[in-house]
Amino acid sequence: MIALLLRDLRLAFRAGGGFGLGLAFFLIVVVLVPFGVGPETELLSRIAPGILWVASLLAALLSLDRIFALDFEDGSLGLLATSPLPMEGAALMKALAHWITTGLPLTLAAPALGFLLSLATEAYAYLLISLLLGTPALSMIGTFGAALTVGIRRGGLLLSLLVLPLYVPTLIFGAEAVRRGAEGLDPTGALMLMAGITAGCFALLPFATAAVLRINLR
Amino acid sequence: MLRVRNLGCARGGVPVLTDVSFEVAAGQAIILRGPNGVGKTTLLRTLAGLQPPIEGEIDFPEEEGAYASHADGIKTALTVTENLKFWADVHGAALPATILETFDLSDLRDRLGGTLSAGQKRRLGLARLGVIGRKVLFLDEPTVSLDRFSVKLFADWLQDTHLAAGGVAVIATHIDLGLAAPELDLTPFKSAADANGGSDEAFL
Repeated sequence: MIALLLRDLRLAFRAGGGFGLGLAFFLIVVVLVPFGVGPETELLSRIAPGILWVASLLAALLSLDRIFALDFEDGSLGLLATSPLPMEGAALMKALAHWITTGLPLTLAAPALGFLLSLATEAYAYLLISLLLGTPALSMIGTFGAALTVGIRRGGLLLSLLVLPLYVPTLIFGAEAVRRGAEGLDPTGALMLMAGITAGCFALLPFATAAVLRINLR
Repeated sequence: MLRVRNLGCARGGVPVLTDVSFEVAAGQAIILRGPNGVGKTTLLRTLAGLQPPIEGEIDFPEEEGAYASHADGIKTALTVTENLKFWADVHGAALPATILETFDLSDLRDRLGGTLSAGQKRRLGLARLGVIGRKVLFLDEPTVSLDRFSVKLFADWLQDTHLAAGGVAVIATHIDLGLAAPELDLTPFKSAADANGGSDEAFL
């Protein structure tokens, strides 16, 4: 399983792997918002949690269709399916690789961008924690969506339509946790619910992903 | 080692082969013959477990099957050695020291997969079979885009290394590999045009 994770990471960092695209997209979207909204610090500071969360969600979405599509095209997915590696493990590793190349950089870059949106000082810690807890769920749900649309030509748009509604709970609790943090309220409830969603995704979705892959490989 | 009894398999919900039975002893190969579209690939995919059979039994030691399709599963951004190492790691095997020589890949070991020619890619794809250490091989036209010399290399590996060590191979091919192996023509097992037709299976 580690071999698959290492291979996917290596592929992501090599030419054409697309590492950093999601991060760059995240940066640009967040930088564009003040231009659109205008330089009102108070307004920006109020919408900052929502903007940061929506932008990271879209950035995570950007690289989802590559999770299985490339392996499907060159035949390695079929070969993996007949290897001793369980498909559930492969699905988990794919999600993990996606998180390390997308979710983790987003999380680390978010505080810097919070500064651009004049996010309240108290909220930075909660922004970091909420993204750290929430982005793994985005990767896992996305991996499931990618498995559903593998083998479909131009499946990228369909993938977005399938996955975005499933991202809603994570978005609600993530942005809520940061907002509560910014207003000095207790964000523990929202954070715990989000952690629960993430844990649930990782408990159930590898199995669903593997089942869907087996059907799509027939 | 490999026993197939009354096997029926379907492609896209349409039955293509019915009642296929054969046996292959350890150290033996079997060559599948038949015109295009008769169901060679479908049969191999079913044997490899990529799709469920519609009837019948397939019996071989668990976790010993390996499938080689038309696609080689080569990552264009990884080097030849990295590609092979990955499959060895996935299968928990060590990279055999002579594998690159066996498939004439020594000079290419640090080349990226994307820069290989079609025949070189195929050789790399076949070298994977030598790395993963599986006993029962399902090979779908393994010699496509190989030159005569490479076909000979592959046939020699199959005979002297794989089969000699008690392995088994089921090979769909249109050319003569020079193996002393029985041939199985699939034409007689072809499903009647509308057998099981009209079921909802085709839409699932």
